Amino acid sequence: MNKLQQVFSDGKAFIPFITAGDPSLDITERLVIEMAEAGADLIELGIPFSDPIAEGPVIQEADYRALSAGTTTDKIFAMVKRIRISSTVPIAFMTYVNPIFTYGAEKFMKNCQEAGVCAVIVPDLPFEEKEELLPFCSEYGVTLISMIAPTSKDRIRLIAKEAEGFIYCVSSMGVTGVRKEIGNDVEEMIKIVKEVKDIPCAIGFGISTPEQANKVAQFSDGVIVGSAIVRIVAQYGEDCVPHVAEYVRNMKDAIR
Amino acid sequence: MSKGRFGIHGGQYIPETLMNAVIELENEYNFYKNDPEFLEEFTSLLNKYAGRPSLLYYAEKMTEDLGGAKIYLKREDLNHTGSHKINNVLGQVLLAKRMGKTRVIAETGAGQHGVATATAAALLGLECEIFMGKEDTDRQALNVYRMELLGAKVHAVTSGTQTLKDAVNETMREWTQRVHDTHYVLGSVMGPHPFPTIVRDFQSVISREIKQQMLEEEGRLPDAVLACVGGGSNAIGSFYEFIEDKEVRLVGCEAAGHGVQTEKTAATIATGTLGIFHGMKSYFCQDEYGQIAPVHSISAGLDYPGIGPEHADLHDQGRAEYVPVTDDEAVEAFEYLSRVEGIIPAIESAHAVAHARKLAPAMSSDQIMVICLSGRGDKDVAAIARYKGVQIYE
Repeated sequence: MNKLQQVFSDGKAFIPFITAGDPSLDITERLVIEMAEAGADLIELGIPFSDPIAEGPVIQEADYRALSAGTTTDKIFAMVKRIRISSTVPIAFMTYVNPIFTYGAEKFMKNCQEAGVCAVIVPDLPFEEKEELLPFCSEYGVTLISMIAPTSKDRIRLIAKEAEGFIYCVSSMGVTGVRKEIGNDVEEMIKIVKEVKDIPCAIGFGISTPEQANKVAQFSDGVIVGSAIVRIVAQYGEDCVPHVAEYVRNMKDAIR
Repeated sequence: MSKGRFGIHGGQYIPETLMNAVIELENEYNFYKNDPEFLEEFTSLLNKYAGRPSLLYYAEKMTEDLGGAKIYLKREDLNHTGSHKINNVLGQVLLAKRMGKTRVIAETGAGQHGVATATAAALLGLECEIFMGKEDTDRQALNVYRMELLGAKVHAVTSGTQTLKDAVNETMREWTQRVHDTHYVLGSVMGPHPFPTIVRDFQSVISREIKQQMLEEEGRLPDAVLACVGGGSNAIGSFYEFIEDKEVRLVGCEAAGHGVQTEKTAATIATGTLGIFHGMKSYFCQDEYGQIAPVHSISAGLDYPGIGPEHADLHDQGRAEYVPVTDDEAVEAFEYLSRVEGIIPAIESAHAVAHARKLAPAMSSDQIMVICLSGRGDKDVAAIARYKGVQIYE
């Protein structure tokens, strides 16, 4: 069983997102380990980008904080290797296509394999452009995660047919960020996916409360939460680790 | 290779949320670009509203002063709203209306594209919101008021470097938020396919006219065509009809800011590397980790870290050449053209005039050069005065 199958093998998956290097890579390292212990099934680790066009203000600010603190892709790879000394928690990178392309897609995926990063999520790399990274992903055993959105409609089948690992279902229009209501479209989207392929579907964008998580977990295989956690990191800074761990524990409990 | 490629450049690197919107746009555009009714309405707006064709003016005094090539100015500054931006905007807003969209959004740097979009939206009865970097709303305050006067809502973008690239980021974010009734009127030959093609097609009226006017006036093609390049819309518009005429030299003038050897530059071809950003593969000013560089130019309209994919390909092919022009050279050219020809150029266009001052004397008197004067300089007067140490406020 590979790392990604493991994520969805123990009930509904809880997938927290944090930006690497926010507020520092030392804190990120501790956050990953503590979130895993608190019940996270997969850690989505953001490689900060100067111009994150799919992010709302909360994660944009996290990216700026991380970059101002001197975070680089090489330093993030080194940190993941340190995590691997004490933790086997599955880790996926979330970043934009340019940091991967400019770093060198082959070198990037090779480093992922060496550091034990099992997947990459690239929000500005749609189905039509996936060949940009896919050959290198395949070569080094890194899964390129496919995304579907409320506007995907007839594209859902197309995307699902070739998807691997799990499908990242974008719950709402717009950018990342906490929302009061999660749309109903996403339940329908997942039904269409499952008609085409037996693949886990995790829902992200907008989810922040245990109630929301519980609701969307009813019809999905996992829940992704970013902005709500990044907000806790921003609020407590260097002291954020226990607060984030507690949040993760509550969220995982809500979807068990 | 995916759709919308210019050599290795171009493509559609955007969030899934927008994919159906750009596919719909491509389909609708492919229909309307051959629809006689649409073309007739578009041409009628260009001619009867925007004031086309624009003049091709023989700059006799400049020609005599520089003592080389015969210089013509393509007077896009005389268009309604004062720049070439209106060509593309009338096409796109008309297209948006045909597509059943009720609202347009746009990014703007100097404010010219924002003003043009607000104008077309007012004329054609669409709701309009403009995103402009906070730094640019400060240095182009008059244009902000102009847009508001035209009924648009202007958002000052405070993220990132607070300039053009951040305005594009924010407009893209807004589009993912509300795509069903909204068209994004992209202002340059950049972004995901089909934008670089649509904008180029709408701007190519510039080179079609130059060609025709030049043949009428001189009975021959020009030897060189010069235009300033940020994203590159007036440049591609000026070059397009000449790409197959290999004897015509095509010169894009990039904003070098304080100089290409400094960090304070926006000269993408001179200092950038291959990357993928704002929906396209092209050249970008960036670091070794792919973080987009904060760029600098005195000209808000050229203050952009990338270049359109068709230009990147023309550069790769060696069909067009791209030269850096500094802030100082552009300001000198701004003053020069004002004094010599009585024409105050936009500081963007002044970059092309600056390079012409170097190139024309090296050409012979039986050669002809065309400079695209992409916009008028009224908007820049206060900023240039301040650059020269004169404290004038709008």
